[in-house]
Amino acid sequence: MNKNETAPPVRVIARLDIKGPNVIKGIRLEGLRIVGKPGAMARRYYEQGVDEIIYMDTVASLYGRNQILDIVEEAGRDIFVPMTVGGGIRSIDNITAALRRGADKVAINTAALKRPEFLSEAARVFGSQCIVVSIEAKKWRSDYWEAYYDNGRERSGLDAIKWAMQAESLGAGEILLTSVDAEGTKKGFDLDLYEQVRSQVRIPVIAAGGGGTSGHVAELLDRSQADAVCCASLFHYDISDVTSLKRSIAAAGHRVRPS
Amino acid sequence: MRHIGVEHEISEDPSRLRDATKIIVPGVGAFGDAMKGLESRSLVTPIKEAADRGTPMLGICLGMQLLATESREFGTHPGLELIPGVVKRLPEGSGDAAMRVPNVGWRTLDPVRSDAYMGDLDAGAMVYFVHSYAPHPTASKHVAATTNVNGENIPAIIRNRNVVGYQFHPEKSGRAGLKLLRRFVEFRFA
Repeated sequence: MNKNETAPPVRVIARLDIKGPNVIKGIRLEGLRIVGKPGAMARRYYEQGVDEIIYMDTVASLYGRNQILDIVEEAGRDIFVPMTVGGGIRSIDNITAALRRGADKVAINTAALKRPEFLSEAARVFGSQCIVVSIEAKKWRSDYWEAYYDNGRERSGLDAIKWAMQAESLGAGEILLTSVDAEGTKKGFDLDLYEQVRSQVRIPVIAAGGGGTSGHVAELLDRSQADAVCCASLFHYDISDVTSLKRSIAAAGHRVRPS
Repeated sequence: MRHIGVEHEISEDPSRLRDATKIIVPGVGAFGDAMKGLESRSLVTPIKEAADRGTPMLGICLGMQLLATESREFGTHPGLELIPGVVKRLPEGSGDAAMRVPNVGWRTLDPVRSDAYMGDLDAGAMVYFVHSYAPHPTASKHVAATTNVNGENIPAIIRNRNVVGYQFHPEKSGRAGLKLLRRFVEFRFA
């Protein structure tokens, strides 16, 4: 448990899945519906004290990319926390463009699975602190998770835990770990997956997928010394808000940045 | 700057420095490259002259490190020499709970003296850091706030009269960061 006085605070991150001008949300990364506008939602979470915002491009086509970067640039005018952009990041030029428009980090999944050296190249140019590897893990057996891509649609054939270790050694600075099974279900995080990955790497691991109540976040923090939690439904559907979630994390004895 | 209502201009024109009432030196990347960049744009002397004239100046992140005498990042490189001291790598920790270098994330800012500049900074305020190096002023009176990295108090805000440095990113540090940006803009430097 994260009760060490000097330990970094548990980061509370909001994830916005972007399609065109809208924020969407699905279940297990499918069945997407519109839940709001990114500008207003990000501002609301910022006002409530969110520590970071992740923008995920769900279209991830070259055609759609400018739109998400417009959204990020606009957000940067009055939202002053770190922002990560993911979805369709395939090249050094893509990363340069995202950083120029105000992103602080990029999340990479498909391009890294197809060509792992991309992580090293990106880390060398921009520094590891800028490179988040996004891992979508689906459980196959009690001790085996496979890494997926294309929003949980395609199998990579890789053991997600081994892939996490490899990504770290290639220079990723952080892991965004999404459980494909739990994503959007609001039934709790995949605690085993999180614990397994976190015990095998030294870089921070962001728990994502399934956090539907503040109780789920408490469950995760009781089980593992979590670096960060990433929620979408919890905030989008007003089940809780960032301020109350942080209050409950602090009440459970963990450090958080005061809202 | 726009958000806090400050008239500002982004410039690399040495002559514009003379007209500025306050100057911000931002920076990311490596120390040596940044100094070369300032030299190739003929900005080193104008920046030093502006500081000597008493123009308030704020260095942010690498911009703060440039204020020091020299840096030990990838060799030894001379800096702007506005706040005497050396830029050194952060201390590594040991064990599972050790903080990693680069030090990335929200960390607590601890004011170390009753510097008028720090004023009513909230105790326990957290700000956002991304760095592997930090300047260590020779004179302890130039350290206005620190942050704990692996048990050592690392300078997070340094100040020598009108010259101020923030190691963290105030523009990524929520309300606490905006407050510290406003502080630089509004503070009446003697």
